[in-house]
Amino acid sequence: MVKLKYDDFLDYDESSGTYSIPQEQKVRDEVEKNRWKEIGRTVLADWRLYLMLVPMVLVFLLWKYMPMYELIGCFKNPSSATEVEDQLWVGTRFFEQLLGADKNISPQFWNAFRNTFITAFYGLLFGFPTPIILALFFNEVRSNITRSILQVCVYLPKFLSTVIVTTLAIMLFRPETIVTGGTDQAAGLMSRLFELLGADPALVTKGLINTTQYYRTIYVITDLWEHAGYDSIVFFAAVIAVSPTSYEAAQIDGAGKMAQMRYVVLPSILSTVVIMLIMKIGSLLSVGYEKIYLLRSSGNYEVAEVVSTLSNSWSSGAGAITNGRALGMAAEMLNNLIGMILVIGANKIARSASDVSLY
Amino acid sequence: MKRKTEVSELIFRIVAYFFLIVFALMCVYPLLYALVSSLSGDVAVDEGSVVIWPIDFQINAFRYVIVDATFWVNYSNTLFLTALGTIWALGYSILGAYALSKKRLMGRHGWNFFLVFTMWFSAGIVPMYLNYMQTANVFGAMGITDLKWVVVIAMGMNATNIILLRNSFEGVPSEIEEAARIDGATEMQVLTKVYLPMSKATIATVALFFGISRWNGYFWAQKVMEEQQYSWPIQVYIRDFIDNWTTLTGTTNYDPSEGAVSWEGYQESLYGENTFSAVSVVYAMVVCAIIPILVIYPFIQKYFAKGVNMGGVKE
Repeated sequence: MVKLKYDDFLDYDESSGTYSIPQEQKVRDEVEKNRWKEIGRTVLADWRLYLMLVPMVLVFLLWKYMPMYELIGCFKNPSSATEVEDQLWVGTRFFEQLLGADKNISPQFWNAFRNTFITAFYGLLFGFPTPIILALFFNEVRSNITRSILQVCVYLPKFLSTVIVTTLAIMLFRPETIVTGGTDQAAGLMSRLFELLGADPALVTKGLINTTQYYRTIYVITDLWEHAGYDSIVFFAAVIAVSPTSYEAAQIDGAGKMAQMRYVVLPSILSTVVIMLIMKIGSLLSVGYEKIYLLRSSGNYEVAEVVSTLSNSWSSGAGAITNGRALGMAAEMLNNLIGMILVIGANKIARSASDVSLY
Repeated sequence: MKRKTEVSELIFRIVAYFFLIVFALMCVYPLLYALVSSLSGDVAVDEGSVVIWPIDFQINAFRYVIVDATFWVNYSNTLFLTALGTIWALGYSILGAYALSKKRLMGRHGWNFFLVFTMWFSAGIVPMYLNYMQTANVFGAMGITDLKWVVVIAMGMNATNIILLRNSFEGVPSEIEEAARIDGATEMQVLTKVYLPMSKATIATVALFFGISRWNGYFWAQKVMEEQQYSWPIQVYIRDFIDNWTTLTGTTNYDPSEGAVSWEGYQESLYGENTFSAVSVVYAMVVCAIIPILVIYPFIQKYFAKGVNMGGVKE
């Protein structure tokens, strides 16, 4: 780098031996001074456009960013005052408790953290390939009407609410109920089907949904039921974009169906698949808590509890603990920060891998 | 060699059809099962012999749901929350997305980041709960004690939807807007007369995204309105009904106003006979709650397919 001297900015008058500011620089300074005035003037002239932003910005500030401000509560002692501003700072005490200092709380947190990962991982393991397979199979259906009917059927569960989905799951996997003085109720239809397929009758009586052994299976099944069909739309769009001439060329070269899949279809949908996979990995830690909250029961919470439901039960209701709010906030903040790093990282990779990025 | 190709293709096609038909049936069957179970008699339902068609057909389970006033109050709440929530969210989203779509907007990148950041990081359940409670207090101080309004106003914002709208507005050719401006159109007129008609499909899709998420919303409605049963949406009511399951099956009180009555006793007091299982009531409620979705579903599903393919957002 070249070191600049006074002479580079100022004019030197040899006769009087003084420096003076050059004319151009004066103009530049004047422009710079007026820039903010100019910006103010454009904004004012365009005030209608800026007014349009106001409601949206206000809503996001009040109900998305204000809760983030509340997060300072996890560095403060909640028993010192009611208002978070007046509470005394305690530093990272709650984080230390979560990460290991507290022998009672820390194992619960780590268990929930593990469950978050495992739940998301199973969701990825089964939930990712199934839509691709569906899309490939939809491509085989030649009749448009038949395909439309099949597609309408498989997209349908996506439109049902979490409550309906979990209600159906609970009803279909429910335990046997012994009614005193009334008719006993048999176990749910799916529970009995699982019994036929070899599930332990003792567990069936308990209700498979309430067992640690079957909870994850049921979670994955309902997840596939809800999302697999709808998620296939993206892949189907990629598959039908493959030109028919590519298939013909491959057929003429003697390619069987598997060879066509391997050498024609796979390369053309690969970019979509990679992007979707990266995105899924990015959102690994943001598992939908509503469904887990609804499927959780006293029988399965050991495997069902994820960080957000744990922070909810620590902070309210029958499971509330001392400093539960601050601890819950700290736990979820850790989870969400790691999640954020994953999302941003995944997006960076996707952007460099191709031109597509989500944000 | 020619024959070999045909065989492998045929096998693949058979597998594809088989798999798709099984999967499609699996997707629809639980709903069919809910319907036939709600229409079957108590013995068949309790023994679990109902599979595909109703056994000992009865409609009393539906009659039971139909006379349940709270159910319908909550049903109307869901309609209220869905309609107002969608209009409100769509309103500020369209205005904001329009402003964001303009190149001349100062600090455009900053505003975009302001939105996108909420997709990356969420404060979490506890801070959001505290925030909603404060909102409820403020609303209460203004004289709005019905917590439904907190749910309508303070929930359901979605940055993805705003970005979908923004991208669609950016796709409108600027020549049309200039022509309108030369004719003396104001900012608002440009938006309503030029941009809205030209982005109809996206607006419909985004409205549906908002509407469906409102119709299906459970968690926050339940947490915020826990004490106000008459403001609940239907999802919360159904879940509450399931949570009281053991009570319902006859071991303890069913209806506090009736005294200590078992499910059978309560039913007899209503219809003079025991005809349907408590299980059927749950299924009847499920059927009632999904009928509106099923009715509009054929008309809206193509918009959703479109929405997914718009998801490949670029910046």
